[in-house]
Amino acid sequence: MTAPTLAALSAGLKARQYSSVELTRAALARVERSQPQLNALVTVTAESALAAAAAADQRIAAGTAGPLTGVPMIHKDIFCTAGVRTTCGSRMLSNFVSPYDAHIVTLLADAGMVMVGKANMDEFAMGSSNETSYFGPVSNPWDTARVPGGSSGGSAAAVAARLAPLATASDTGGSIRQPAALCGVTGIKPTYGRVSRYGMIAFASSLDQAGVITVSAEDAAMTLQAMAGFDRRDSTSIDAPVPDYVAELQQPLAGLRIGILKEFFGEGLSAAIEGPVREALATWQRLGATVREVSLPSLPLSVPTYYVVAPAEASSNLARFDGVRFGHRCDKPRDLMDLYKRSRAEGFGAEVKRRIMTGTYVLSAGYYDAYYLKAQRVRSLISDDFRRAFTEVDLLLGPTTPTTAFGLGDKTSDPITMYLNDIYTIGANMAGLPAMSLPCGFADGLPVGVQLIGPHFAEGRLLAAAHAYQRETDWHLRAPPAFGADFAGEA
Amino acid sequence: MSGEWETVIGLEIHAQLATKSKIFSGSATAYGAESNTQADLVDLGYPGVLPVLNAEVVRMAAKFGLAVGATINRRSVFARKNYFYPDLPKGYQISQYELPIVAGGHLDILLEDGSTKRIGITRAHLEEDAGKSQHEGVGVSTIDLNRAGTPLVEIVSEPDMRSAKEAVAYMKKIHTLVRYLGICDGNMQEGSFRCDANVSIRRRGAEKFGTRAELKNLNSFRYVEKAINLEVARQIDILEGGGKVVQETRLYDADKDETRSMRSKEEANDYRYFPDPDLLPVVIEDSFVEAVRASLPELPDDKALRFQQQHGLSPYDAGVLTASAEMAAFYESVVALVPSDPKLVANTVMGDFSASLNKDNLDIANSRVSAAQLGVLVSRIVDNTISGKIAKEVFEAMWAEGLEADAVIESRGLRQITDAGAIGAVIDAIMAANPKQLADYRSGKDKLFGFFVGQAMKATDGKANPALLNDLLKAKLAP
Repeated sequence: MTAPTLAALSAGLKARQYSSVELTRAALARVERSQPQLNALVTVTAESALAAAAAADQRIAAGTAGPLTGVPMIHKDIFCTAGVRTTCGSRMLSNFVSPYDAHIVTLLADAGMVMVGKANMDEFAMGSSNETSYFGPVSNPWDTARVPGGSSGGSAAAVAARLAPLATASDTGGSIRQPAALCGVTGIKPTYGRVSRYGMIAFASSLDQAGVITVSAEDAAMTLQAMAGFDRRDSTSIDAPVPDYVAELQQPLAGLRIGILKEFFGEGLSAAIEGPVREALATWQRLGATVREVSLPSLPLSVPTYYVVAPAEASSNLARFDGVRFGHRCDKPRDLMDLYKRSRAEGFGAEVKRRIMTGTYVLSAGYYDAYYLKAQRVRSLISDDFRRAFTEVDLLLGPTTPTTAFGLGDKTSDPITMYLNDIYTIGANMAGLPAMSLPCGFADGLPVGVQLIGPHFAEGRLLAAAHAYQRETDWHLRAPPAFGADFAGEA
Repeated sequence: MSGEWETVIGLEIHAQLATKSKIFSGSATAYGAESNTQADLVDLGYPGVLPVLNAEVVRMAAKFGLAVGATINRRSVFARKNYFYPDLPKGYQISQYELPIVAGGHLDILLEDGSTKRIGITRAHLEEDAGKSQHEGVGVSTIDLNRAGTPLVEIVSEPDMRSAKEAVAYMKKIHTLVRYLGICDGNMQEGSFRCDANVSIRRRGAEKFGTRAELKNLNSFRYVEKAINLEVARQIDILEGGGKVVQETRLYDADKDETRSMRSKEEANDYRYFPDPDLLPVVIEDSFVEAVRASLPELPDDKALRFQQQHGLSPYDAGVLTASAEMAAFYESVVALVPSDPKLVANTVMGDFSASLNKDNLDIANSRVSAAQLGVLVSRIVDNTISGKIAKEVFEAMWAEGLEADAVIESRGLRQITDAGAIGAVIDAIMAANPKQLADYRSGKDKLFGFFVGQAMKATDGKANPALLNDLLKAKLAP
């Protein structure tokens, strides 16, 4: 059975084992079958997908295809897609059809990829379980009574269930890595500024970063190759050359210095997670890496800091959803105030409102210094900790999440417990660092993820370390039994 | 009594920067386009779009800063000013707050008594304009976002002005300066240049400032003066009636000629400023500042000083002629043609020429008489072809009919009479016809000299050369 990786499907298309139209039909069929159980997609774009697939087949026939041409994929519904509704998981945008494509949507379309639909997500990317979506929760393909994680829960579940070999995602505090870990797939959050944010609906602008969820690190390298790069429409995008990530996968690991994050192995980490993570570490050691423990004393402050900075920015970013120009508008507003109040009250869900209120509060006169400014100072401390650590080691390693996937509804009543799910992932966002989560085993039949964090622009190093690990292990190739059939075979 | 009160005024001037495209988007900024045709997705605040700073606005703000002797901050930061309004698409305005691009400059204004006064400029920062809401009757408001995202520089003065006249003088000076620098078209009708005034009063000699009111959106020099004077009178009334001035924002209503409260301090928005995470800090290199400095034109004050020294003009005349770069250039073009009498050129330009422009509401670019044409006219005064008085008549014909000075002089026979014999004959005839006046003059009534001048001018249709006439009259009338 061929693993339905991007690399394998790309090779199969090139060898004419199947056409892009056939692959796309198979993906659409899998999407359709999975929807009642998983609810991973908000919108399915069968018609445009088949047209794109036919165009891809022509490119393949003409010999002008690239490595991504003709491969089906899914965009997280946070990325604007021209002519296709872009909901961001919210009632507010449930009727919003974007007039333009996000930068990465353009790039992947230009590369010949075939979008089969838009992935479900936590509303405005605010959540860690995909339960805040206006379009209903997504189920974890490994156990449909459990959450897939969030906010990119639809993307992670879709890749885990092999609906498509990859799905784009975004990560503000762990929204790529945490669901990747909970669903047993590979996810990379690149360096802040490496991938343009243009057309990605903003949650917290200084933390948001687009990335991708794939089956393997190799697939992530192939996709990132097409997504990364400077975009003058995003002032925070960085004008630095994009390395050949696929070539860098072959970097030798010998002498790689891995730092174990001391703060990530303490209280709160379940033993079921710690075991597989430590085993993964041992694998890297066998591959030639050296290991030492590293302490980042400010890192435990990540979560409270995040819940000041991210809501502050969100409260402002979401002000444009006012019912005036686009998005949800209440019925028969009496006056301007009524239009604002009811449109927003009806359009936003509880978690989004909670964060808007928190953010408004921390930016208010008299509180700004105590919250927002202080949080920015802590953020600098966290960045400094990372900078120091990377003078001693090449990569940092730890668990991605404290536990495996929890049950749907288990944590919805307690936001703080929910927030603590991102305790290991937020640090990388605070410092703008690239980070990955890779499947490294199972606990009670549920996937466990190991996280690697690198210095700025060390995506190549992260991917190489992950690729080396995945050549030694097959955790990433395991698919959930109910969804595991080879869809290339179905094509 | 109002004499006991001292007025304290600070101005916040909004000058629209004369860029082709908006501060954070590629949309055009041209005035007068059909509603909402110059607003792209960035201006409309669509989900996912991002602002990209137009580098030209940085150059323009730096130009202004250098022209007022300010510091150009090497690092400035855009912040978000958060509030909800339908003509503010993002729900926040991007503006510089804690770290503006320009800090600490000054400008000297000329007071009525001829002295100069230095007005401090606290800061100047870049920001985007909002759109325009138009309330069209009950229940209907329309929004035009063409203006949304138009670049502005907000110039904040120190509370250094002590009268409405000083405030107007300062505002005019800034108006002159931004047009010299080519960074703002200064068009006040179109809202390209407008100001808010912070006004308070205190007992003369007191150190502490009184409570201020902010007068919003004053878009003409006349309104600034009127609104401030009204506000000062209102505050004096309140304080002398034992009341207290409330800190508030007030709107000047030109139709009713009154100011009225918009909102009090308590009702003011909490704007929740914070640095805009979509934009990097603006970092400026020394080399950039030096390049901008090198690109500065001759500034109004320097030009006025040069006019005084080079052309022998009074400070007042030099100020008037340098009030706009166009006027100054026009003046100098005429002087180049008549280098022997720059003061006569100044009088002509400031007199008949300016009056005609004003009367027909024209600017210099559309003048009916060119500098070259005016130069010929003034030359004809200097070379005694015509008198200054006749020149007025010639100018009027040039202006009204588009004629050349020489053509008017020839066709109307206005060339002055410089033949002493001819003038002498005219004088002899007048003396013969007015024996009584002649006798009175000769017996000491010197004032009658004017009578004879008038008679002679009348007899020559004003064409007698005045100096020659004078000399001949004196000689012939002498007892």
